[in-house]
Amino acid sequence: MTADKATIARQFIELIPHAKALGMEISEIGDGVAEIRMPYNKEFVGDPETGVIHGGAVSAQMDTCCGAAVMSHPKSPAGTATISLRIDYMRAATPGQAVVTRAECYHITRSVAFVRATACDDDHDNPVATATGTFTVESK
Amino acid sequence: MARRPPEPVQVVKQRRDAALSALVDGVPYIRYLGIQFDRRGDEVTAVLPFDEKLIGNPFLPALHGGVTAAFLEMTAVITLSWSYLWEDIESGKLDAESLAQGNLPRLPKTIDFTVDYLRSGLPRDAYARARITRKGRRYASVQAEAWQDNVDRPMAQAAAHFLMPRQD
Repeated sequence: MTADKATIARQFIELIPHAKALGMEISEIGDGVAEIRMPYNKEFVGDPETGVIHGGAVSAQMDTCCGAAVMSHPKSPAGTATISLRIDYMRAATPGQAVVTRAECYHITRSVAFVRATACDDDHDNPVATATGTFTVESK
Repeated sequence: MARRPPEPVQVVKQRRDAALSALVDGVPYIRYLGIQFDRRGDEVTAVLPFDEKLIGNPFLPALHGGVTAAFLEMTAVITLSWSYLWEDIESGKLDAESLAQGNLPRLPKTIDFTVDYLRSGLPRDAYARARITRKGRRYASVQAEAWQDNVDRPMAQAAAHFLMPRQD
């Protein structure tokens, strides 16, 4: 059951044109947890002087990853949409390094799913950003 | 004592447009998403022309929530930067030509960013405007709103805090 869910969620994410455009790869998914890797790309730079990735690209990754986590949750019937997402930017991502986001759907009701996520580069002890979000739970 | 005659309108427009496009063109991610900025005096409206790669849900289809967030964040950053560059551009302290050559001023850094998704983003052009609610020496608070067909039916709104670049 859960394995199927993970497959469906993975297939769905892989179909998203914008996730593809940002080069996102799912490295882990299942039971309300998802991990997505986004390799460094010069086109996503926000500050040309430093080569640091734009926060917006990290936002897109956070949103996708949180949505994937919701979809993979055993109690989530089908699709989901973002209600709100808050992102705290702790530091600039190191240019040249991939950003890996890990999201966890830690609570789910009949209508709302609650998610938190952390984004890191190669330095795993110092997150680049954290996010908390609420998502819709859509019946089949 | 004669008052200085006002500058010709073309000179004013050319200077302001050049400064804004230098600011916008310097950010690769803005170019990647295809965001443009419309200027009326010191007011700016961001325009996101629809593109297939911006789709988040291919079945509806709808804009990717991350695109909407990035669009709002960009609108907030550019509106904020534009507001504090405005005086320097007008006084001639900042020269559009040197801006275009890549001598970009430091941009504000996002501290946090909260977005509320109000309606699903349709597969068509989107627009956004930001309002600076507070601009201090170190921190700034900005609100932004994005809409598509109807300005009174926003598709998303955002609230953000920024760390202002240090003034030397």
